[in-house]
Amino acid sequence: MAPMKILVAAKRVVDYSVRVRLTPDRTGIASDGVKMSVNPFDEIALEEALRIRERGEATQVVVATVGPPEAESQIRSLLAMGADRGIHVETGRETAPLEVAHVLFRLVQEIGPGLVILGKQAIDDDCGQTGPMLAALWDRPQATYVSKLTLSEGRVQAVREVDHGLETVELVLPAVITTDLRLNTPRFIKMPDIMKARQKPLEKRPFDGFGLDLPRLTVEAYLPPPEREAGLRLESVAELVTRLHDRGVL
Amino acid sequence: MTEADRLRYDVLVIGAGPAGLACALTLKREKPELSVAVLEKAASLGAHSLSGAVIEPAWVDRLLPGWRDDPLDIQVPVSRDRFAWLSHGRAFRLPTPPQMHNAGNWIVSLGALVRRLGAAAESAGVEIFPGFAATQPLWDRAGALAGVRVGDLGRTREGAPGPNFSPGVEVRAGVTVLAEGCRGSLSRTLIRHFGLDQGKSPQTYALGLKELWQLPPGRTVPGSVLHTVGWPLPTDLYGGGFVYHLDRDRLAIGFVVGLDYEDPDFSPFEAFQQFKHHPGLVGLFEGGEILSAGARTLIEGGYPALPTLEMPGGLLVGDAAGTLNVPKIKGVHMALGSGIRAALHLIQNGGPEGFDQNFRHSEAGRELWRVRNIRPGFRAGLWVGLANAAVETVTGGRVPWTLTNADDWRSLKPRGPVPRPHRRYRTRILPPADRLAFVDLAALHHEENQPVHLQVADPALCVSQCSARFGNPCTRFCPAGVYEIVTDAGGSRLQINAANCVHCKACDIKDPYELITWVPPEGGSGPNYANL
Ligand SMILES: Cc1cc2nc3c(=O)[nH]c(=O)nc-3n(C[C@H](O)[C@H](O)[C@H](O)COP(=O)(O)OP(=O)(O)OC[C@H]3O[C@@H](n4cnc5c(N)ncnc54)[C@H](O)[C@@H]3O)c2cc1C
Ligand code: SF4
Repeated sequence: MAPMKILVAAKRVVDYSVRVRLTPDRTGIASDGVKMSVNPFDEIALEEALRIRERGEATQVVVATVGPPEAESQIRSLLAMGADRGIHVETGRETAPLEVAHVLFRLVQEIGPGLVILGKQAIDDDCGQTGPMLAALWDRPQATYVSKLTLSEGRVQAVREVDHGLETVELVLPAVITTDLRLNTPRFIKMPDIMKARQKPLEKRPFDGFGLDLPRLTVEAYLPPPEREAGLRLESVAELVTRLHDRGVL
Repeated sequence: MTEADRLRYDVLVIGAGPAGLACALTLKREKPELSVAVLEKAASLGAHSLSGAVIEPAWVDRLLPGWRDDPLDIQVPVSRDRFAWLSHGRAFRLPTPPQMHNAGNWIVSLGALVRRLGAAAESAGVEIFPGFAATQPLWDRAGALAGVRVGDLGRTREGAPGPNFSPGVEVRAGVTVLAEGCRGSLSRTLIRHFGLDQGKSPQTYALGLKELWQLPPGRTVPGSVLHTVGWPLPTDLYGGGFVYHLDRDRLAIGFVVGLDYEDPDFSPFEAFQQFKHHPGLVGLFEGGEILSAGARTLIEGGYPALPTLEMPGGLLVGDAAGTLNVPKIKGVHMALGSGIRAALHLIQNGGPEGFDQNFRHSEAGRELWRVRNIRPGFRAGLWVGLANAAVETVTGGRVPWTLTNADDWRSLKPRGPVPRPHRRYRTRILPPADRLAFVDLAALHHEENQPVHLQVADPALCVSQCSARFGNPCTRFCPAGVYEIVTDAGGSRLQINAANCVHCKACDIKDPYELITWVPPEGGSGPNYANL
């Protein structure tokens, strides 16, 4: 088998432990001092790529992100986790899934990976579109929501989490995979690896250099979900009956 | 452990607070050939930082030239300074004590300041490792401190290595600088081991709770600072509130209570929430939203309790030592100053020897000495305390006595004899409704399946003795509701909801049987404060 490269795509998002809030003028998500992390599904994507490489079924893992300059800290942590090199496509603005898919497609054409692994969705906008769009642009097979992955002889067997249970599909490489939560548990980063990661190649490219001219979505407004009225704790059944009477339910 | 798993630095700093970062940054700027690393238990810089904070800016000017022109997430000059005594229904303005004058000072977020200091330190070449907690000291053959062991990751609740187990590494260093802040776990081990507190007054503490609010437009007066004493505390309880008006309709409110209180039924969380409902304040908050909230202890023993600041192979700086100036309720400038002084001392002397005397004779050391009697004076109650503070201030501390403290865990009185105070608490309307809602605002992250990091030496004693005598005060003093007494078929027992812990360290201090020991959980666990 020819040496295979794997491309992993990752996004900087508000950490899952943070309760997301809108800015007071409701034009965006408040990010002042808020903890930012690698999208958890993308960490799973990298973990899977690393396991494939560690089994000797791939030779190099490249991790790419499209994001603000501060996303360097996320890509450094992915390098510390074990990726061989990083590509940071820098932009100061929000990017839509189609734009990211186009950028990834260009990188795919340059790198020539046998597998591209992405998270099934980013936990900030939950779009879940980047992977499928990349597969369409590239015109290669895809398996989404994958919870188990096996490689053999130029093919990949993927178990997908679907509404009615599990579905097993086999794809011919190169292919696009998006990861489900159950695929694996990402490893911890080790201190010595953080230092080694500082020496690993990290290439920065301006997003504008890709010269994309795509239709863009405009956001009209952000609104918080409607607040639920607090529940009542009642002392007795008698009280319940009275309350229901009061509301004309009984 | 393989060679590759060992790390070695000239200087290793434990804790990326103002003290640790000021020390690391100064070391690297003054002597770039030194290798310097900082370990921080928070997942990212500033995520465990909680402070007021009205700060004296001189050391920040020195460390971060130009910071005034490139504002932090929260950075507002103090425009107005008030001090008030609250009764149940009213507020009475008192003359602002001289130590609390804040002309020229800034209100900042400590978390934001820490992130800025961290960025400066990294660009100077300091290696900072957020998400790694120092858990144990390492020794050299002569018995000197030689670095630390970093905590394991991926152990199960029972302590066995889990599927992703990653053993902690050893980080060795010529000098280890302890900058863990108030009630540092490793610092305490070392203070005991080397007897650094021998002959000193016992250390004392306070617990501070804080919320950062986003208010409807037009309610704030940016830069306005209010400190209060009085309601909802009885006069024999040392403490008070702070209200800092920020820019962009944001406001910081907090409450601090001395942990030498006697009433086992007192709840610092409830007192804070009551404070917000004082008629002079409650109107500020209606329709607002809490951005972040949390709690942290403060160290208040001052000069009489200051341990020896040096040990073979190591130094104590900032609140790990206890440099906070209590009458000013300011520790940030002292932390920065002691960190810088420690760095310069290490460069000049090549080691820790002599740092204790160096610090005590510095301007910062003298500042602490002058105010040494003010906090202990409040053990006689609010009004005696204020009068004593006035005398001490007029004389500049040049009185021929030094008042001492007592251990906070000894101060609780058994439930019976203390007459239940008449608290006149109000019905609350503002969020958070309870402590669970409060910790929700701390954005906690804590892998449930890890060993419980709140070690209780004898849990049976909680129900066999403490319940009857003190009514399990841990279920009230913990601001995060970590401790619960549950009763089921098997009887009553202590339940520890460790994942709610915000790392304030109050339980380690206040538990009346000294049973609870706080040890660092897995690195990266704990709160993720946004600009507290
Ligand atoms: C409610 C409140 C209000 C305050 N108001 C003011 C004010 O208005 N003005 C003012 O000047 N000061 C104020 N202070 C005091 C001030 O915040 C402290 O004095 C100051 O933060 C001390 O700095 P430090 O660097 O010594 O410790 P800290 O700021 O506590 O930093 C210690 C760091 O070490 C980390 N750490 C601890 N143990 C370990 C370990 N084992 N391994 C790895 N990392 C570890 C912690 O996570 C933390 O990040 C206030 C404090 C509180 C709690
Ligand atoms: S368990 Fe202890 S350290 Fe944790 S929040 Fe409660 S009192 Fe603070």
